Amino acid sequence: MKYIDEFRDGRLAAGLARAIAREAAPGRDYAFMEFCGGHTHAIARYAVTDLLPPTVRMIHGPGCPVCVLPIGRIDMAIRLALARPDVIVCTYGDCLRVPASGGLSLLKARARGADVRMVYSPADALALAVREPAREVVFFAIGFETTTPPTALVLHAAAAQRLDNFSVLCNHVLTPAAIAAILESPEVRELGTVALDGFVGPAHVSTVIGSRPYERFAAAHRKPVVIAGFEPLDVIQAIRMLIRQVNDGRAEVENEFTRAVTRDGNRKAQALVADTFESRPSFEWRGLGAVADSALRLRPAFARWDAERKFALDDRPVPDHKACACGAILRGVRTPTDCKLFATACTPETPMGACMVSSEGACAAHYTYGRFRAAAQRTD
Amino acid sequence: MNTLHATFTRALDLHHGRVDLGFGAGGRAMAQLVAELFARAFANDYLARGDDGAVLPAPAPGERLVVSTDGHVVSPLFFPGGDIGSLSVHGTVNDLAVMGARPLYLTAGFILEEGFPLAELARIVDSMAAAARTAGVLVVAGDTKVVERGKGDGVFITTAGVGALPAGRDPGGARARPGDAVLVSGGIGEHGMAILAQREALAFESTIVSDSAPLNGLVEALYGAVPAAAIRVLRDPTRGGLATTLNEIAAQSGVGIELEEGTIPVAAPVRAACELLGLDPLYVANEGKLVAVCTAEAADALLAALRAHPLGAQAACIGAVTADPQRFVQIRTGFGGRRMVDWLAGEQLPRIC
Repeated sequence: MKYIDEFRDGRLAAGLARAIAREAAPGRDYAFMEFCGGHTHAIARYAVTDLLPPTVRMIHGPGCPVCVLPIGRIDMAIRLALARPDVIVCTYGDCLRVPASGGLSLLKARARGADVRMVYSPADALALAVREPAREVVFFAIGFETTTPPTALVLHAAAAQRLDNFSVLCNHVLTPAAIAAILESPEVRELGTVALDGFVGPAHVSTVIGSRPYERFAAAHRKPVVIAGFEPLDVIQAIRMLIRQVNDGRAEVENEFTRAVTRDGNRKAQALVADTFESRPSFEWRGLGAVADSALRLRPAFARWDAERKFALDDRPVPDHKACACGAILRGVRTPTDCKLFATACTPETPMGACMVSSEGACAAHYTYGRFRAAAQRTD
Repeated sequence: MNTLHATFTRALDLHHGRVDLGFGAGGRAMAQLVAELFARAFANDYLARGDDGAVLPAPAPGERLVVSTDGHVVSPLFFPGGDIGSLSVHGTVNDLAVMGARPLYLTAGFILEEGFPLAELARIVDSMAAAARTAGVLVVAGDTKVVERGKGDGVFITTAGVGALPAGRDPGGARARPGDAVLVSGGIGEHGMAILAQREALAFESTIVSDSAPLNGLVEALYGAVPAAAIRVLRDPTRGGLATTLNEIAAQSGVGIELEEGTIPVAAPVRAACELLGLDPLYVANEGKLVAVCTAEAADALLAALRAHPLGAQAACIGAVTADPQRFVQIRTGFGGRRMVDWLAGEQLPRIC
């Protein structure tokens, strides 16, 4: 497939791996965090770490929107769908299995009579609202800056069509705020911190926001950031660029994904989002806790299409399982296998914490793709 | 059947009629449906007798019987490359075939929803009959039930099948041994993606067609190519896809399996559609593919036999069985690394990003 196969070329990868081995300074370790779940998935699926020298360590960050969705927000959607038979809750496929309170998930709520449907885009939810005028269609919106513009678009469309039976339950979150939280939050003092040498930044997010938002961050924290695509060659190239910055003593924002990312991003999309959403003072992230200015809600002008206001939904935070080490894993302080619940109580079939919830979470990726490594070590 | 026909004053309206509860009530309406639709389509002496069961000849001396059954609840009922009717034949024929058996007879149980158009039912039954003819099996007994409107999904079909297992053939999931080769008969994921594209009305640039097909001819070609004992395991990787089938074999045999990613055939449109939706073709369903585990010595001959058959033109050797007490299925990625191919957790759902 054009534009894909060339970024999965094993020979090119081997060449890059040799270059990395040459450039990694002897006697020092490198620790980089790939923020985005898409990168975590690519690293695990293509076994990118097999090509890296042991001195280069990748830490899986909190960038999976499904993983970091707190239990309380899913509870909110489930309560609504179970209490109101006229409501249809629509959401993306991988949200359906996220565990909520009381052993429920949106899928399990469906088995109990809630009308929950999978959609591929918010436009599908909007179309459903047009087709079903007697029902209330609620789009359960999640995702980072990448998925926010499509949600904004359908809100504008709903307003233009005066479609009063459509609303959005907004859980959109912001990338730069989460990266800052990893380095600055009070939990860092409690959990300790790993010396991160830099970040692989998410390309899809930057196609919208550009690379500029990371510049202040890179300067303030002296951490290099390389915006990278989601193909394995993109990731390994970004790692090489980070190693070079570290070796040179630089802390800049570089762009590996020049095929779609610019410094300023998509200004039209940014304007649309700014017109539709405003910052929430605080939003809870599963595994990270409350993070200031890290999420969006609908502006008052869109109150009629805001499911939280329309159905007077209250946010009842639910703590994560006490033994769950997600907070520390998401900060790179611990690895999935350090967690007592990993592969025992917590598996992809019965996820207890954020990192196991979606296939892009650090624990799920390790469980699904990397378990054999630990087994091999035990038998050695 | 002619005597039965004489008892119905007016023929069934197979163009505009709809299923009503009377068709499942056991009376004249049901007899007419059976006579004018099922018995006509499946026409054979066993069914035509209209008795409560079919009296079948015993298999040849030395042969054993293989029995299998499968329920079909596919949505949509019609999809590119097939429909629930042909699928219900292929599903059971293939289950028998990958047991090494020659499929002989099927039974079919229909659960129909009140209001379902008879024209669509006739299309399904005719397709089923055509699939049975192609596979060389007879539908010898059946059952019809009608459920009230809203209590079904149009049509559900359960088929059971009987096949004869020739002496010497004994493939089984527990027979894979380290060093064996793993073959697959063609591109994976075609049925699952065809259904998904149709169900979700996803407009891909090219239409993905289901691979639904009977595998018994292919299996006979395999047994014609090598001594029966060289064929250790045969499976059709349906729901859960190739990955699930290989994990089942690894678990049953107490072995590991190591795959070479670059050798696994996946048609370009399937790859592209999977890529777009964040799905892994290894976990997507097939209805006309088989996986064969065989001795290393037999691999080339079996591969040649597969490729010489129209259903196996894209066949490939995709890996080998290893000694692994953990029973892990692993894959060497085209990128140069190695990872696990685990059991599917729940249903494979499209990813958000």
